Amino acid sequence: MALPEAKQTATEARLAALTLPEGGCLAAARHAALSRVQTMGLPGRRDEYWKYTRPDTLVQADVPEAAVFETGEPPMFNDFDRLKVVFVDGVFDAEASDDLSLEGITIERLADAEKKDIHWAKDLYGVLEARGQTPVQRPLAALNSAFATDGVVIHVTGKPSKPINLIYRHADTGSDAILHHVIRVDAGAEATILENGPAAARFNKCMEIDVADTGSLHLVRAQGRDHERRAATHLFARLGKESVFKSFTLTVNGVLTRNEAVIELTGDDAVAHIAGACVGDGDFHHDDTVFITHDALNCESRQVFKKVLRNGATGVFQGKILVKEGAQKTDGYQISQSLLLDDDSQFLAKPELEIYADDVACSHGSTSGAIDEEGLFYLRSRGVPKAEAIDLMTLAFLAEAVEEIEDGDVADAIIARLQGWLARRH
Amino acid sequence: MLEIKNLHVKLEDEDKQILKGLDLKVEAGKVHAIMGPNGSGKSTLSYVLSGRDGYEVTEGSAELLGEDILELEPEERAAAGMFLAFQYPVEIPGVGNMTFLRTAVNAQRKARGEEELSASDFLKEVRAKAKTLKIDADMLKRPVNVGFSGGEKKRNEILQMAMLEPKLCILDETDSGLDVDAMKLVADGVNALRDEGRGFLVITHYQRLLDHIKPDVVHILADGRIVKTGGPELALEVENNGYAGILAEVDA
Repeated sequence: MALPEAKQTATEARLAALTLPEGGCLAAARHAALSRVQTMGLPGRRDEYWKYTRPDTLVQADVPEAAVFETGEPPMFNDFDRLKVVFVDGVFDAEASDDLSLEGITIERLADAEKKDIHWAKDLYGVLEARGQTPVQRPLAALNSAFATDGVVIHVTGKPSKPINLIYRHADTGSDAILHHVIRVDAGAEATILENGPAAARFNKCMEIDVADTGSLHLVRAQGRDHERRAATHLFARLGKESVFKSFTLTVNGVLTRNEAVIELTGDDAVAHIAGACVGDGDFHHDDTVFITHDALNCESRQVFKKVLRNGATGVFQGKILVKEGAQKTDGYQISQSLLLDDDSQFLAKPELEIYADDVACSHGSTSGAIDEEGLFYLRSRGVPKAEAIDLMTLAFLAEAVEEIEDGDVADAIIARLQGWLARRH
Repeated sequence: MLEIKNLHVKLEDEDKQILKGLDLKVEAGKVHAIMGPNGSGKSTLSYVLSGRDGYEVTEGSAELLGEDILELEPEERAAAGMFLAFQYPVEIPGVGNMTFLRTAVNAQRKARGEEELSASDFLKEVRAKAKTLKIDADMLKRPVNVGFSGGEKKRNEILQMAMLEPKLCILDETDSGLDVDAMKLVADGVNALRDEGRGFLVITHYQRLLDHIKPDVVHILADGRIVKTGGPELALEVENNGYAGILAEVDA
């Protein structure tokens, strides 16, 4: 079927501004991804899946500029014992990065893996993304698979002694970064990936994660205060038997952030927790779009998303649990809540359940609310000043999402950032 | 300590007058009880004094230690020494009881220009006080009042009172929802705080709480005003004859 003319034109304009990398052993995957983009067309304003978020600036050929933001504070995770992998405007920076060798894990630059004739990444690159295109199309992810210029290929074979920290730095006000990471976790292996930093003026990031039976992966990312950035990120994960995948995202400010997570539970007894806490004000727009498919027995999934919005900020949540036929004993939980600190902010939520098995427990809830006046008065009557009381209640509101982070030190670092955001607004 | 003169209060959103010229004076070291039938304005009085929204003072004054408190924010009143033990303590999910207590204690100290309590000193104090109220470590860790039983909530109020060491304690129907043993425990907690420098205003429907917290003065509040004041025997009279008899006598 031909695309509508406007979509066709927009897609062609965007593709014309990009060059398909040679691709080496990934060439076929890149070409297949390109043809997916061409068939689907890039997202437009009239697409149902983009009803609450305008994709224009993520799609247009020219990059909307974004000032390079200096916080004047040490970067997130700075005092953690970690292995640093640094990208500047979407380009790997070997000098700023640590030595990539660490026991229990193999980290290679995407370009290096690509150059090899045969590489395991070939079986994963673009594969989970392609699977994630049905039943809902995600053209920006396919665009990423086709045109990604850099990224890392991570193979977790054991239990590395420290987390891998993917650090994104932004140096050029007009940078347009497309990064693609591929992560494979072997049976019984376990790793933690931390991600932070402003990345680029426009950032399209795709992460494909394959967790084998009994493997575990923890992902914690912080999207920072570089308010002018525009980011579209995709997380595709496939979980084997008794495997665990937990992801938490902190988003502080940002005119446009769309984080999609597409999770497939394909092995029995697998566990997936996807959580996010975001705080924003003014022209902040944040979109969490999650799609979890249960396709095995006795799997557990949790979606916990909390948004604090003020001064006209917008939060979006589109979350779905799909329980396939035969996926009995599924335990699916989904909650999306917003705390609206004033009347101008808005939260748009579309929680969905689609269930084809008859012995499952699935729940979903979505709420928007203001600070509880009763609680506020209670705190104030005990001497806690109003602003401090509101902060205390705001952090309490976010707590359920932050509690999804297993590592206490990481959780403390996240809470410290949230407190910083609150304090700057007094 | 507390001096209320000719206090008139109406609901902010409704044209409904609740307090209609209430006069009351609570001296330091004394326990005053306020009794009265439903709808007489007992809880309104406690809320107006602690600064809750939704009420409008149309006439009169209330001073705590000589300071007009009606214009103060709730937190300023707390720092000035006011404490209200809620009839229905509020649940605050996500805020740990201990964090809450420490934030409150230090906020008040800060407001008064005193040094904040160190973590270890605070911990020592809270543990000792919690123990006498039979509040275990688990209750201190849990979110404020969430999942607490009626008795636990009231004991938690008294713990806050003990930690904050207010000048004037208002107890709003602290006996509601308590069984005999829990009431005894709460009353013991209150009695332990009685001293020369502290005043109490105990609001209650029933005389039974006053068996445990012996009042010096008993007031009867009806239709927004104090209609009768007496000694502890007045509470017994209410218990035996109900409010109707007293009110009839006042009207006569």
